[in-house]
Amino acid sequence: MVGIVIISHSRTLAEGVAEVARAMGVGKAVVEPAGGDSEGRLGTSIDLVEQAVAAADDGDGVVLLADLGSSVLTAKMLIEDAEGDDVVLADAPLVEGAVAAASMAATGADLAAVHAAAESARDHRKTS
Amino acid sequence: MSAGSTDTGSMDAGDFAAWIRSTAGRVSADAERLTRLDAAIGDGDHGLNLDRGFRAAVEALPEDAPPGKVLIVAGRAIVSKTGGASGPLYGTVLRRAGKSFGDAAGVDAAALGAALRAALEGVQDLGKAAEGDKTMVDALAPAVAAYEAALADGSDLAGCARAAAEAASKGADGTVPMRARKGRASYLGERSEGHMDPGASSTALVLEALADTAGEG
Repeated sequence: MVGIVIISHSRTLAEGVAEVARAMGVGKAVVEPAGGDSEGRLGTSIDLVEQAVAAADDGDGVVLLADLGSSVLTAKMLIEDAEGDDVVLADAPLVEGAVAAASMAATGADLAAVHAAAESARDHRKTS
Repeated sequence: MSAGSTDTGSMDAGDFAAWIRSTAGRVSADAERLTRLDAAIGDGDHGLNLDRGFRAAVEALPEDAPPGKVLIVAGRAIVSKTGGASGPLYGTVLRRAGKSFGDAAGVDAAALGAALRAALEGVQDLGKAAEGDKTMVDALAPAVAAYEAALADGSDLAGCARAAAEAASKGADGTVPMRARKGRASYLGERSEGHMDPGASSTALVLEALADTAGEG
């Protein structure tokens, strides 16, 4: 199954988004949080993100969701270093993208489908 | 510069390690100023973060490694320890530059120019910033252009590096009136105007350290 990693500046935000996404993934989707810096403060740790990707990856690939700023840059850098095509970053809002990705992943869909589901979350408007 | 320099100058692994140490010293000395700049329009941690990152880079400097490896190892330490967007960005600067050197033991003026160009392209690939967005690109891009212009005019490595440093400093000053289009400052709209971009300012420090290192010996 395609894994999902939630990268946030905040440990608690990453864990909270992962909690919501797992629920929407009906307990099947694998959603790993990577929040905060290496000491649990606000920030981003590429080491924590690498650990989360390893934990989420069972061979079918991993979709990354990131909040902003250094989370996004760290995700892109990790993908560049991986030099493969089995870890991808979704250009999507964090919560909506994570929920969409987890919902799709739980169906057993492939990496491209889960990535597309996450990015489709951009179009889910709230007032129109 | 090292013994055995050619007419146009060259830098060896020791020179690149000296550059990283010199940058770390400048960042440390200016950490409070950089953080103050960042507090005006960013999240107020640039000096502190970069100080932590370059200290880690100095500690990680390898012995008996070629220039490319020196920069790649330093870049990796910066990515791991800096925190904030400057970690991936400065890590990319050093790693892209280091990769462009391959296993060469000596780096001449042309090779250093190519490395700076690769570093700029890496930063733009990662952060998607263009000139005028009020970011480190506003210091780095004119620095690379000035280096290349000096090289084309026949300057030696030290002269090219000095031209780059002067252009970076001028570029950083030029960010003051700009409206930010990247990062936290971009949320402030016109209120981001009137402040120097901290990333452009720290980029000027990095290039001043390079010029001083290249000009020594």
